[in-house]
Amino acid sequence: MIAIVDYDAGNLTSVRRALEHLGVESRLAATGATLREAAAEPHARIIFPGVGHAAAAMEALRERGLDRALGDAFNRGVPILGICLGAQIILSHSAEGDTACLGLLPGDCPRFDPQDASLKVPHMGWNEVAVVRPHPLLEGVAPGDAFYFVHSYYPQPTHRGDVLATCDYGITFPAMIGHGNLVATQFHPEKSGRIGLSLLRRFAAWDGTTESETQEEADA
Amino acid sequence: MLKKRIIACLDVRDGKLAKSVKFVNTKDIGLPVPVAREYYEGGIDELVFYDITASSDDRAIMLDVVSRVAAQIFIPFSVGGGLRTVEDCGQVLLAGAEKVNVNTAAVKRPELIAEASRAFGAQCVVLSMDVRRVERTAEIPSGYEIVIRGGRTPMGIDALEWARRGEELGAGEIVVNAIDADGTREGYEITLTRAVAETVGIPVIASGGGGRPEHLYDVLTEGRADAALVASVLHYGEYTIRELKEHLYRRGVSVRMRW
Repeated sequence: MIAIVDYDAGNLTSVRRALEHLGVESRLAATGATLREAAAEPHARIIFPGVGHAAAAMEALRERGLDRALGDAFNRGVPILGICLGAQIILSHSAEGDTACLGLLPGDCPRFDPQDASLKVPHMGWNEVAVVRPHPLLEGVAPGDAFYFVHSYYPQPTHRGDVLATCDYGITFPAMIGHGNLVATQFHPEKSGRIGLSLLRRFAAWDGTTESETQEEADA
Repeated sequence: MLKKRIIACLDVRDGKLAKSVKFVNTKDIGLPVPVAREYYEGGIDELVFYDITASSDDRAIMLDVVSRVAAQIFIPFSVGGGLRTVEDCGQVLLAGAEKVNVNTAAVKRPELIAEASRAFGAQCVVLSMDVRRVERTAEIPSGYEIVIRGGRTPMGIDALEWARRGEELGAGEIVVNAIDADGTREGYEITLTRAVAETVGIPVIASGGGGRPEHLYDVLTEGRADAALVASVLHYGEYTIRELKEHLYRRGVSVRMRW
């Protein structure tokens, strides 16, 4: 069962439809209490989508008690997938409205300010994603594979090791970030055709560990 | 690098395709959902559905098409035709479309662009404009005029001025539909497309006249378009999406080749 964080930030239904198509059960969690309940179930997963303004999103999350419930789920090791705005506000801060964000990972969200005036903002359309750090969700993603993006800000984690994949648009920016049981895509897997659906399918089956961690544990 | 997009356009009347579409693999010729699915699987980057239902009182049929498309097609798609109010736009977005295309209603009441952009975000609002070449005058300095009703009614508005205004009002993309080229399959209107692309800072989608792979190449390079709309070239089965893209790819245009 996947709980989708519902805080009136954009079209959650497209994520639901994609999961339904994959035969993955999901339900919406619109309050901290429902999210906690869902996260306590065995094999719980959380998808944290969102489009819109960072400040408005943070306000809605706090009002509903979803900010703390997400933080607790993260600390308890529940696999979490952030999408688009959800990949930005998991960091500590966003330049959009100078907003203090969830801080699940240290980092900031700057706005695109390409030197090249021919680059349009928002960055909208299909763009290639390059894997820089292998991750179970990125298995099967080959050089040249493109995903669908729509955004004006991008996530920039403080630690380089938290960058899993990058994309080029005037600059090279993180397209997918993650740490432990948390992973987040700036692109929309639910709108990226079969390649995007595969990523969602792998998330539904992911236990929240990565190979490098398993290796570290084995070493210990 | 950001890919140039190929967008397939499907005209829908009373829930069925208005133009015939030739396919060997599709049994339900004439129904938009299986055709859209075939294009999706064939590698199209985006879809647009134009509702050309004569009486636009009954939006329910189109909304049903939209929700069925959204349930099985996982790339962006937009819906246009007869959207007059923010409520109309909200309904198609709620049914599962990514974007709305506004055209005539926006020419008649430009605030619609601003209202929809505020309500749903600029990235959801596509301004579609029908343009006809005319003599340059003080009123139409570019020599390209906005028309409505399929080109029958000139509006006395310069196309470049309207594009600039649309961007200011909050449109996220602009479709430039060259009425003179539409249906000719002799190529897109390069001069017009390029002029619009150099006027605005938002993506420009070229429409009208695409008949061969070279036409797409021309408008995506010389015409500076970010995307090209295709219709009959696909519907009549003359080229597959892969053939169009391979042509572009071979000539150095960045397109999505794996799907």
